[in-house]
Amino acid sequence: MKNTWILAKRELSGYFATPVAYVFLFFYLALMGFMTFYVTGYYERGVADLQPFFALHPWLYLFLIPAISMRLWAEERKSGTIELLMTLPISLGQAVAGKFLAAWLFSGIALLLTFPMWMTVNFLGNPDNGVILAAYVGSFLLAGAYLALGSFLSAVTKNQVIAFVLTFVLGLLLVLSGTPLVLEFARQFLPDVIVDSLRSFSFLTHMNAIGSGVIEARNLAFFGSLIAACLAACVVTLDLKKAA
Amino acid sequence: MIEIHNLTKEFGPLRVVDSITFTVKKGEVLGFLGPNGAGKSTTMKMVTGFLSPTAGTARICGHDVEREPMAAKRKLGYLPEGAPAYTDMTPAGYLDFIADVRGLAGDAKAARLAAVVKQVHLEQVLHQPIETLSKGFKRRVGLAQAILHDPEVLILDEPTDGLDPNQKFEVRELIKSMARDKAIVLSTHILEEVEAVCTRAIIIAKGRVLFDGTPESLAAGGQIDRVFREITQGAAGAAMS
Repeated sequence: MKNTWILAKRELSGYFATPVAYVFLFFYLALMGFMTFYVTGYYERGVADLQPFFALHPWLYLFLIPAISMRLWAEERKSGTIELLMTLPISLGQAVAGKFLAAWLFSGIALLLTFPMWMTVNFLGNPDNGVILAAYVGSFLLAGAYLALGSFLSAVTKNQVIAFVLTFVLGLLLVLSGTPLVLEFARQFLPDVIVDSLRSFSFLTHMNAIGSGVIEARNLAFFGSLIAACLAACVVTLDLKKAA
Repeated sequence: MIEIHNLTKEFGPLRVVDSITFTVKKGEVLGFLGPNGAGKSTTMKMVTGFLSPTAGTARICGHDVEREPMAAKRKLGYLPEGAPAYTDMTPAGYLDFIADVRGLAGDAKAARLAAVVKQVHLEQVLHQPIETLSKGFKRRVGLAQAILHDPEVLILDEPTDGLDPNQKFEVRELIKSMARDKAIVLSTHILEEVEAVCTRAIIIAKGRVLFDGTPESLAAGGQIDRVFREITQGAAGAAMS
């Protein structure tokens, strides 16, 4: 536990040691703001909530999150520091958890910096702040799930571009599997049971459920178990590479 | 303190290290010699637990590296080939991180950090990002990282590679000064280095041990370079025929 935290601290300060973190945060916030106010027709709706803003997250995270996760292990392998990390008295599990935690906290910082959105909507009307808080929690969990997936795929390759593309494609599948387009198409030739489980595996389904203001145990369980499974796969991958 | 038994590593059909066996006792400085691609680095990567051996065992202070990796790694200081480091950090920040991971804290941590910085002469670059440092300084940061917790076993992969003659001399003096109460293995392809710092030399080529003895007995065979070429090329020739 202590090692995980030491590692996470180093990683997180590493993000801010280079301009990369600031460039990322700038684009993240610019994109979130621009898309919300100019693409979703936020003002035209005339409703004081942040629903259009949060509806964007599954789609924007598709390429914002792999930009964070692609370097997690690929860069360690490329620069050779993985040899240092693996020969320090840190277990594989602690290393994987530490690096993931730092990336997750970083995405959390980016998310918190969207607070002007919340201030704007409170200035314009009287939104249900409980719903907004739940949606923030949902978005943070969603970022964690993307990051865990990206962390695993970053351990598979030492090429950051491949890690990015793999994470994007798998993330896209996990989002699309919840859209009406895909579900209706699948319903034509698949039994309902399979279509429903397809839907239940989608980021969109769980994000929408939490975004409506109710955080249910099954939504938490979905994100929690997805994160745990991806991190476990990451540990196994790194262990296999050791024996290769 | 280092016991290696029948250590073997295969990458696919290629046998890079072929049942190497040796032990290193406290007070010994073992020079690991061999042409490029002989299996020196691969052997070191297995001893430090970065790679799993295909067969055989490596023990550090009695701890099997595969079965008790944490116990073994605590006793170990390792400078990997090329001295990799988190180059966006400063030496001060980097060594502080290593000290935390090594479980050093409080006064003991401050004292060790100060001692190591002095030993490898990092004072003037402590607060510059490692990526801006010269090759010699980067190597010394790597060395500082390896000796920070005053380990009983020290494994150094080409510790003087890329250093100028003065820096080489200093690093060798540092290794000699630490030799008394540690078991040290260093790899090199510079023969004079073996004569200068090592109490024992092992020559490997094609993954096999070809010579194991004192540098003096290696030199006694005549010109040390000539003997080295004969041994390693002889092995290559035998393997090909």
